[in-house]
Amino acid sequence: MDFSLDKKHEMARNLFKEFAETEVKPLAQEVDETEEFPKGTVEKMAKAGFMGIPVPKEYGGQGCDPLTYVMCVEELSKVCATTGVIVSAHTSLCIDPIMTYGTEEQKEKYVRPLATGEKLGAFALTEPGAGTDAQGAQTKAVLDGDEWVLNGSKCFITNGKVADVYIVIAITSVTEDKRGRKKKNFSAFIVEKNSPGFSFGTKEKKMGIRGSSTYELIFEDCRIPKENLLGPEGKGFPIAMHTLDGGRIGIASQALGIAEGALDRAIEYTKERKQFGRSIAQQQNTQFKLADMAARIEAAKLLVYKAAKAKETQKVYSVEAAKAKLFAAETAMAVTTEVVQLFGGYGYIREYDVERMMRDAKITEIYEGTSEVQRMVISGALLK
Amino acid sequence: MKIVVCIKQVPDTKGGVKFNPDGTLNRTAMLAIMNPDDKAGLEAALRIKDETGAEVTVVTMGIPKAEDVLREAMAMGADKAILVTDRVLGGADTWATSTTIAGALRNIDYDLIITGRQAIDGDTAQVGPQIAEHLGIPVISYAEDIKIDGDSVIVKRQYEDRYHELKAKMPCLVTALSELNVPRYMTPGGIFDAYDEKEVTVWGRDNLKDVDDSDLGLKGSPTKIAKASDKVRKGAGEKVTLDPSESVEYIMGKLKEKHVI
Amino acid sequence: MGLEEYKGVYIYAQQVDNQMSSIAYELIGKAKELAKDLNTDVTAVLLGHNVSGLVDGLAEYGADKVIVVDDPELETYRTEPYAHALASVINEYKPDIMLVGATAIGRDLGPTVSARVKTGLTADCTVLEIGDFPINPPADGSEQKHNQLLMTRPAFGGNTIATIACPDNRPQMATVRPGVMQKLDPVKGAKAEVINYNPGFEKNNKYVEIINIIKQAKSVDNIMDAKILVSGGRGVGSAENFQMLKDLAEVLGGMVSCSRAVVENGWLAQDYQVGQTGKTVRPNLYFAIGISGAIQHVAGMEESDIVIAINKDEDAPIFDVADYGIVGDLNKIVPALTAALKEELA
Repeated sequence: MDFSLDKKHEMARNLFKEFAETEVKPLAQEVDETEEFPKGTVEKMAKAGFMGIPVPKEYGGQGCDPLTYVMCVEELSKVCATTGVIVSAHTSLCIDPIMTYGTEEQKEKYVRPLATGEKLGAFALTEPGAGTDAQGAQTKAVLDGDEWVLNGSKCFITNGKVADVYIVIAITSVTEDKRGRKKKNFSAFIVEKNSPGFSFGTKEKKMGIRGSSTYELIFEDCRIPKENLLGPEGKGFPIAMHTLDGGRIGIASQALGIAEGALDRAIEYTKERKQFGRSIAQQQNTQFKLADMAARIEAAKLLVYKAAKAKETQKVYSVEAAKAKLFAAETAMAVTTEVVQLFGGYGYIREYDVERMMRDAKITEIYEGTSEVQRMVISGALLK
Repeated sequence: MKIVVCIKQVPDTKGGVKFNPDGTLNRTAMLAIMNPDDKAGLEAALRIKDETGAEVTVVTMGIPKAEDVLREAMAMGADKAILVTDRVLGGADTWATSTTIAGALRNIDYDLIITGRQAIDGDTAQVGPQIAEHLGIPVISYAEDIKIDGDSVIVKRQYEDRYHELKAKMPCLVTALSELNVPRYMTPGGIFDAYDEKEVTVWGRDNLKDVDDSDLGLKGSPTKIAKASDKVRKGAGEKVTLDPSESVEYIMGKLKEKHVI
Repeated sequence: MGLEEYKGVYIYAQQVDNQMSSIAYELIGKAKELAKDLNTDVTAVLLGHNVSGLVDGLAEYGADKVIVVDDPELETYRTEPYAHALASVINEYKPDIMLVGATAIGRDLGPTVSARVKTGLTADCTVLEIGDFPINPPADGSEQKHNQLLMTRPAFGGNTIATIACPDNRPQMATVRPGVMQKLDPVKGAKAEVINYNPGFEKNNKYVEIINIIKQAKSVDNIMDAKILVSGGRGVGSAENFQMLKDLAEVLGGMVSCSRAVVENGWLAQDYQVGQTGKTVRPNLYFAIGISGAIQHVAGMEESDIVIAINKDEDAPIFDVADYGIVGDLNKIVPALTAALKEELA
């Protein structure tokens, strides 16, 4: 077992770090303050190849491995979690299912412009009545001649309105099991932004990741071509679940980045800030807190990198992804809370980044499967 | 068209210079980076490549670890890389360095050689013009803009209060200012290619063409270091608490004392 | 030929548009000192076309001799004809020391000529003196050379200082940073021995064509070039209040710069930011006004020659790197200081 990165991964990390420091960090506060989607940053990331890192070169991607992608989301999230989730939702939730389940035509048509960053992707599963319990969903798709007709709405959609391509999960049939219980059968669809009958509802005002564009999607007799069915009809649920396994590795990386970013700030600040005539870093309370945070972050990192490796080498990696996300998200929340405390009053003020980091951290315990869902996945595998 | 870009690995001073507790420079704590002017030169070459399909070769002289900047250059888009490294080349001043690089360049075809104006560790700005002199080709220093025009290159050459638009027939050498452009980032896929697909050619003393041993390394350097010291960090000076008019008098006094006014 | 045949201290007298550059007089000032130690004289090398009118100025500032190469090829600076002219002068007259200004011309001409005449060149020197090399007599009994030019220069962005010698090649060449050496007071009516010399100019592949000459003040003044910076921080309070700092900078002929907080508040553009994420500056005088002195800021300005800090917080870390710290209200001190300077400099 080797825990050190090889040279190309080291160089990739340096690239992501340099990009994050130069292009992303200076805007982080403004993006949070104005709640505006950082369009310019996404264009720069597209140019630098960040929008298709794990995608093979023949589809316009960079041909790198999941670990490289994970480090990208991590480094971006160290300075701006909004930017981290934009890349994660685009790559893990939109490109990845098309790469995994799409036909050659779908890959050619959709993956290429997504991987080059010419287009942005999103994923729509959650509905007002269906979060953790996907069976509560209402959005339906009915085949009408050569077109699928979608009706219903999706909510809390990351990259909503700014994305060009959406993976939408909708009910395509309802069957009864032996006991007569109704079961909704889902299918996955690729929906383009300007499809007739596809519109956007209200923009959500969020606690954190405030620059990421979170919208409600509305489908009113939205018509899309028949060939935009992704994967086999009726397999939408397993497709969504498998997609989320990948997505969770992305969010785990985001959480890891937030925690690392907060610790970096804490180290800087505690060395500088003087109380009772010496820097607070010279006080044992601070030192022990920093040590605990560093150890915990390292553990999270190993879980996240292990999950990335599992995605590369295994067909199924649900448990690895769940463990990584659960632990990294809770680490992010715990570390940012602690860092705000170390900053004292300054930690509570917007001018200092750690307050934003604490708000950003919270969502990682919620989206793409709450921490409770991750515990269900992990324990489910244990008690199988 | 073939372009050669000479690059150097230097310690990064931008991210804050690191000091040891005794006030001396902590070199090991600083990252090694591609010299900024050289990077601008590489970007200029890559832009010419984007337009004309030119082949870009990067060359560096340094310790084996300098391979890193060559890989970085390839991850940005350079096609080939040559590392000139040999123990006998160590301790070279600008004369011996330029002799060495000229000796390496005599082995390859080039239309245009681009170097950075100067490296941030030495700040001499000498190696570029000296390479051109050894190779007997024209040099244009301090380039703010580089354009290809048939068999010539047109360069905006910066001076303190003006610039000259100069035209030189290739082959020629141009030294690039960082103001020339904003260098592109490497791409993740470019990094993978740089390590998995591309190779760094390593040359030693024996690969240098038409060069005397007496012109290489420490021995071949006309300039010798008599004394070197890391500057000791500045400490606190005086601190006074005065009312505004006394403060002004105090500052005026100091400015006069230091001949500022 | 032995090194002892090389004699005299030479300076390259840079002219642009047939106007003498100030660096030429600065070099003469320094060369006079070196020549005194070596018991020799100072020769200025003047290259150009129709430049005879500049000879007397060089004499007034202290040149004993002036070698003039006057040729139409030298009308405007281009590397090749100038390098040919200077290298030919060196080969013909064999100076012991050849000083060139570290200007945009000198830093092109110097290296080309040094490579051509095969000697060492030390860049951007700030101190020049005559001494022994090695500085201490070698323990192994090898020769210690006397009367060597010891050239001191900052390197590594000013973080290290090295003293360099050129013991085995002649001339000993250095480029010298402008503004460091002192001009002598000119002696009206002083005359120098004038030597006209022309090596002949033959066009070769190294001649470049000048298509255009555009004179311009630089579009955005760079704070890294400023000799005096009046830098403000969060304590300045507002974009409007920066006017006080601009006024002070104007009286002193300096520029305004700032800390990161100022950029973040939108009071000044990022071009003016000093520090780790901004620019590293080394002016002769740096005013830190209302700047607390976070390490990131200090990293960008601690190489300034003189730092004067004004801050109302007496514990501000900026005082740890300031030569002169004033604890007080910048709103009162700065305008009063500007007024006092105006009066003084009027």
